[in-house]
Amino acid sequence: MRCKKCPQRAAIKLPQHNISYCKDCFTEFVHSQVAKAIKKQKMFTPEDRILVAVSGGKDSLALWAILLKLGYRVDALYLDLGIGNYSVQSRHKVDHFHETVAQPLGSTLHIHTLAENEGAGVKELATMMHRPTCSTCGTMKRYHFNRTALEKEYDVMATGHNLDDEAARLLGNVLRWQTEFLDKQTPTLPASVDGFAKKVKPLYRLTEREMAAYAVINKISYIVDECPMAKGSKMLVYKDVLNRLETESPGTKQSFYLKFLDKQAKEQASTGSITSHDQQRLTPCQTCGQPTSMEVCTYCKMMTKAKAHV
Amino acid sequence: MKVHLTHPPTDLDIPGPTRVRQLLQQLQLTPEAYLVIRGDDLVTEDEVLNDSDSIEIRSVISGG
Repeated sequence: MRCKKCPQRAAIKLPQHNISYCKDCFTEFVHSQVAKAIKKQKMFTPEDRILVAVSGGKDSLALWAILLKLGYRVDALYLDLGIGNYSVQSRHKVDHFHETVAQPLGSTLHIHTLAENEGAGVKELATMMHRPTCSTCGTMKRYHFNRTALEKEYDVMATGHNLDDEAARLLGNVLRWQTEFLDKQTPTLPASVDGFAKKVKPLYRLTEREMAAYAVINKISYIVDECPMAKGSKMLVYKDVLNRLETESPGTKQSFYLKFLDKQAKEQASTGSITSHDQQRLTPCQTCGQPTSMEVCTYCKMMTKAKAHV
Repeated sequence: MKVHLTHPPTDLDIPGPTRVRQLLQQLQLTPEAYLVIRGDDLVTEDEVLNDSDSIEIRSVISGG
């Protein structure tokens, strides 16, 4: 099979675009999709300081690499969750990428370790609080990424969520008709109230397979294993279903999520923006000051319980 | 050929030659969820894999 753009041997076929690319043309394609996402969703400009949340996985490390290649001012934050050997390996991948690629380009890596700052790893915190580990992990990530972005004065926080992540989340919300979560499922979330950093997802146009291929082709060493805490997760089931549909009918994931975004953009224009909704329902947490729909935010409630447990 | 499947971690010995598409079918793997890697290179579905090849079939779902 040959590349559709040049005479080289193809490295990957993309049935949803009915095209095959060699390594170089595929890398160019991925960069162009990210550039398109940044422009279309008004994510940031070359003047902005960007904080990328990195985990050691393919998406976040590739995002860090791509934004550096596109010439953006980007640093990264790694949250050490303390999940045994998985976190040790993840940290190693992040450190390796930082030392060999990012640091020489002037990019900084910030690290927050739960065991040092919260007193225990995420699994232990979840057990203390009688909550699912993935839910505890989500709260910790959202809280610390937002807080670090604000404290270190970044203009925007970027995460490596790809098209499969967003399509699977949308499927989960639609299957349960959790329509209250749909308005937040956009690739750009504004800094709607004081205490919230702007959040963006520059990989939302690219599939999980495309991101894994990008990492392999560009020799980005990432953690290939799934998080051991994710076993049995509904998101993995939704992803599997979507991948079966995609194989039978290429382009399904893209049309499912991107057409949802088109429809949502029209509806938000008529019903009011995320900003005005947030301003109506969020107030500063009485403990930490971060925005919350309750008197005390979920993170502070969790940490109060955890401290009582120790 | 030696085939290493990353998820779940499995090592298999499968006779070649066979095409990538057929190998995935034989193992009942969804093409959208896997990359097939020979050495350091990705290979497309029409590529022929030989008996002497060492192949990694990598799940694209990783991290958490």
